[in-house]
Amino acid sequence: MTKISVRVDQENVTDDVEPRMLLVQYLREKLGKTGTVIGCDTSNCGACTVHLNGRSVKSCNVLAVQADGGVVDTIERLADDDGTLHPVQVAFRECHGLQCGFCTPGMIMQSVDLLNENPDPTEEEVRLGLEGNLCRCTGYHNIVKSVLYAAELNKRGANA
Amino acid sequence: MIPARFDYVAPTSVEEALQALAEHGDEAKILAGGQSLLPVLRMRLNAPEWVIDLGKIDALRGIRDDGDAIVIGALTTHHDVMHDALVEEHALLIKKAATEVADAQVRHRGTFGGALAHADPAGDLGAPALALGAEFVIAGSGGTRTVGADDFFVDLFETAIGEDEILTEVRIPKHTGWGAHYAKFVRVAHQWPIVAVAATVKADGGTISEARVGLTNMGSTPLRARGVEEALAGATASEDGVREAAAKAADGTNPPSDLNGSAEYRRHLATVLTRRAVAAAAGG
Repeated sequence: MTKISVRVDQENVTDDVEPRMLLVQYLREKLGKTGTVIGCDTSNCGACTVHLNGRSVKSCNVLAVQADGGVVDTIERLADDDGTLHPVQVAFRECHGLQCGFCTPGMIMQSVDLLNENPDPTEEEVRLGLEGNLCRCTGYHNIVKSVLYAAELNKRGANA
Repeated sequence: MIPARFDYVAPTSVEEALQALAEHGDEAKILAGGQSLLPVLRMRLNAPEWVIDLGKIDALRGIRDDGDAIVIGALTTHHDVMHDALVEEHALLIKKAATEVADAQVRHRGTFGGALAHADPAGDLGAPALALGAEFVIAGSGGTRTVGADDFFVDLFETAIGEDEILTEVRIPKHTGWGAHYAKFVRVAHQWPIVAVAATVKADGGTISEARVGLTNMGSTPLRARGVEEALAGATASEDGVREAAAKAADGTNPPSDLNGSAEYRRHLATVLTRRAVAAAAGG
């Protein structure tokens, strides 16, 4: 077992984990944060995307021990404590950016990262930025619309 | 799937890492960003007894100017490489290729040195590193040695790095002002290339004075298309001039045949992508 200390969703946690434990397993099985899902388990689909030290990663492709000393943010702390949704969550709801919803946690976390880096993306930049996230319902069109709408919401928020 | 059990150590210096390697050597695997290693471990294609995680060695991160070369620390992520001003100015080809590696999430974790040390013949960074004449700085118990790009790539997933050694940094000779393009052909997004061509060109007006061309997935290692380079030296950057030179792209290659395409298809693809990459690099 290896001791790790991680700040997950704004809370400090310390745990002994098996070195082979994946970050996504740690989040789901040890911390009960099942908002982050396992899709393909081959690091292709991006459903398990979380932020590690401020950047999006596929948490099925990171060991929990690699997050030691780091900061992990998941879909579960994206909304405010009072339930106010994050602009990207609002946009996915407004634009029907989900069908079955399984890819949604990863899509949203990747979209948040994308907009952090590029607040005003073109449609092509959104499509490229989401290339590591697969939607088996093939609802890509509305997902892209959602991200573009979220960018607009962010702009409006910044101007408010 | 989860990896088989292994013991884990995370040294904080290259010296400590070398010590761990000396102890566990052939039973150990080195972990950098893990974007290639973790899938291998999860699929149980490899089950090392030890994993030596370099992630806590901060000295291996970062990019610096070293006179006639830029030096990229082995643990620098693809994301940091593609957004670095020195890379853009002096090794544009590296930036272009790093931008094409997998997807955003993988580029946030995957490392420049890790990808090169992994030496997947379909990896995106080998061909540009080879084309630019990169030098690989390798640390071992006896000190540090430097290996040129022509000697670094040995075979499929095999490099000149010894079992008791670690790649610490990569020196890229400056190619300031050279145009560059990485033409990658894939069937679906964020995949490995079926074939890709890395081209960088020094053009004065409409004439190409020098060109460097590297090929991805046209053999068991990245390859230099030297016939194309020779044909391009002094050629006009016209469509016909580039097409004629690009026709030599597959000379001397031994591409694989697989579900994505036959060797013959890849040879054809190499000529087409070379034409596109050189034309784009020359500003055409």
